Amino acid sequence: MPPAISATCAGNLWLTRLSDFEGKTSKHYSISDEGLQDLPDCRQVIARNSFQPVGAYSKFTPAVGQSHTELGKRPGASKLANTSHFGRLAGTAIVVLGVAGAFLYLGGWFSPQKLTPARFVDEFERVNGRYPGFRRNHAKGVCVKGFFESNGQGARLSKAVVFRTGRVPVIGRFSLGGGDPRASDELSTVRGLGLQFSLSGGEEWRTAMINLPVFPFKDPQAFYDNLVASEPDRNTHQPDPAKMAAFLANNPETARALAIIKTHAPSSGFDNSTFYGLHAFRFVDADGMWTPVRWTLAPVQPDEAASANGTSQDKNFLFDALIMSILQHPLQWHLIITVGQPGDPTNDATVPWPEGREQVDVGTLTLDSVESEETSPARDINFDPLVLPAGISPSDDPLLSARSAVFSQSFTRRAGEKKLPSAVTPSEVPK
Amino acid sequence: MSIGVATEQRQFTPLMRLFHWLTAALVLTILGIGVAMVASLADYHRLVSIHRPLGILILIVVVIRFVNRHYSTLPPFPATMSPRERSVASASELFLYALLVVQPLVGWGMLSAASYPITLYGSTHLFPILPHNVMLYAVLRRAHTVLAYLLFLAFLAHFGAVLFHTWVVRDGTFSRMAPWRVRAP
Repeated sequence: MPPAISATCAGNLWLTRLSDFEGKTSKHYSISDEGLQDLPDCRQVIARNSFQPVGAYSKFTPAVGQSHTELGKRPGASKLANTSHFGRLAGTAIVVLGVAGAFLYLGGWFSPQKLTPARFVDEFERVNGRYPGFRRNHAKGVCVKGFFESNGQGARLSKAVVFRTGRVPVIGRFSLGGGDPRASDELSTVRGLGLQFSLSGGEEWRTAMINLPVFPFKDPQAFYDNLVASEPDRNTHQPDPAKMAAFLANNPETARALAIIKTHAPSSGFDNSTFYGLHAFRFVDADGMWTPVRWTLAPVQPDEAASANGTSQDKNFLFDALIMSILQHPLQWHLIITVGQPGDPTNDATVPWPEGREQVDVGTLTLDSVESEETSPARDINFDPLVLPAGISPSDDPLLSARSAVFSQSFTRRAGEKKLPSAVTPSEVPK
Repeated sequence: MSIGVATEQRQFTPLMRLFHWLTAALVLTILGIGVAMVASLADYHRLVSIHRPLGILILIVVVIRFVNRHYSTLPPFPATMSPRERSVASASELFLYALLVVQPLVGWGMLSAASYPITLYGSTHLFPILPHNVMLYAVLRRAHTVLAYLLFLAFLAHFGAVLFHTWVVRDGTFSRMAPWRVRAP
């Protein structure tokens, strides 16, 4: 670089063509920028480096001499031009950085306290432990297949294909709450049933149900706060009762929901459990009119007092009994739609709807085959409760979108991890 | 200078400019939705429901746009650009085109590999383009994020370069693609 060039000039030129300047070949461009040419120090350099392009491009290129003449009309503007030149440069940088900042802001980069799907699943892993390849909650499970036979009664409420008279194939997964895929079965552990109805035409309806009549948490924050309060203490390895008491004091709706749950003692097994969809949804009919609904699966298998099974059981006793009974005869549930009335809360799964709401039996779910997770596609299905066919829409329950987001996060994490065998397999059960 | 040069030659054709600004609006929207939805609980579902059909729309628009570009006359580069800058600009344009085609396909493929229904609107949905394979899903899901940030960086470079040429070099680069008609000076 010629030593005579001032820092300013060098800086300006660097912005356009540093390499040319330092290199030996300095004849690739023409200078037509008046801002650049306002800098007297640069002119001799420019003159040496100037190049008149050929061909079509030259039509648009003012001759170097011409520019210099125009430049001459603004004598003594050098310093001013310099300032405005850098002002424009700074403006460019500010705008670009501003756009980048707005993008990162949208992505939550500047709000480290914000509750995100990733932080939610992190908390599940802190509380439950981390078991790669398995669901972050309801990790222990067994997969089933069967079909849903619609009786057509649901068609007046929803235009969904699944409610037309007829049969659709179903795959599903029974599970127990918690993150440890080898935990011992307990009667009091929450039982889950994820289902996927494959509708004709390629639509799907997925639902994730549990055997609790109401959900203990009204929104994602309450759910998260409960997880934090359940974190095992470093020393005792047990949750701190004081933290849980504080959580319940701050979330009276959870205390009310738990009181309702207490009145519904768990049944003896998966096969005679009632499964609840918990959240309100909207059924949309052919005219576009919608009705708030909730759904439950009512077992055809007779209820049995749970205590009859005793307590000293094999660690897989609930799953083994399910496998045994499904191998003996198909298991059936009635899909019951509860029709909400104006004023029934649709945004709070902790509150049951009043007694006496219309209930419509829309068809029968039959599960007639069972297999372990390794061989079933159900292991690798995310039973996202917002995979819905046309005719079923989400309500304003804030947990629905949050569950969809957190399920997706858990699914993505386990998808890429090595898969280990499940603790439950039908082969261990004598036929 | 420039006397007798038709306006059309200084600018991209009106159709090309329409496609450009349509793509710009769609891509900025989908990038914003994408980065926001993965960090959101309350709006996740609503945003994903927009993100999916928007991605497919971009795929369609970009393919049509690329074909249209093939049959259109491009205006010359500003004279201020060296041959090297011109090849960098052309390569970055191709890179953007490639990203805009690959990214929706990765999204579509990843939903296929996860066995999600690829719902566009109501009961309208797309067929899967890959078999159900969650390991494949995991790779494509990661790729979708990496490509999204690459796309955003490529947009920033493109945007920054045009701003630089227009504000600092002041060579009228923006007017080549301006949504309005720019007459020769």
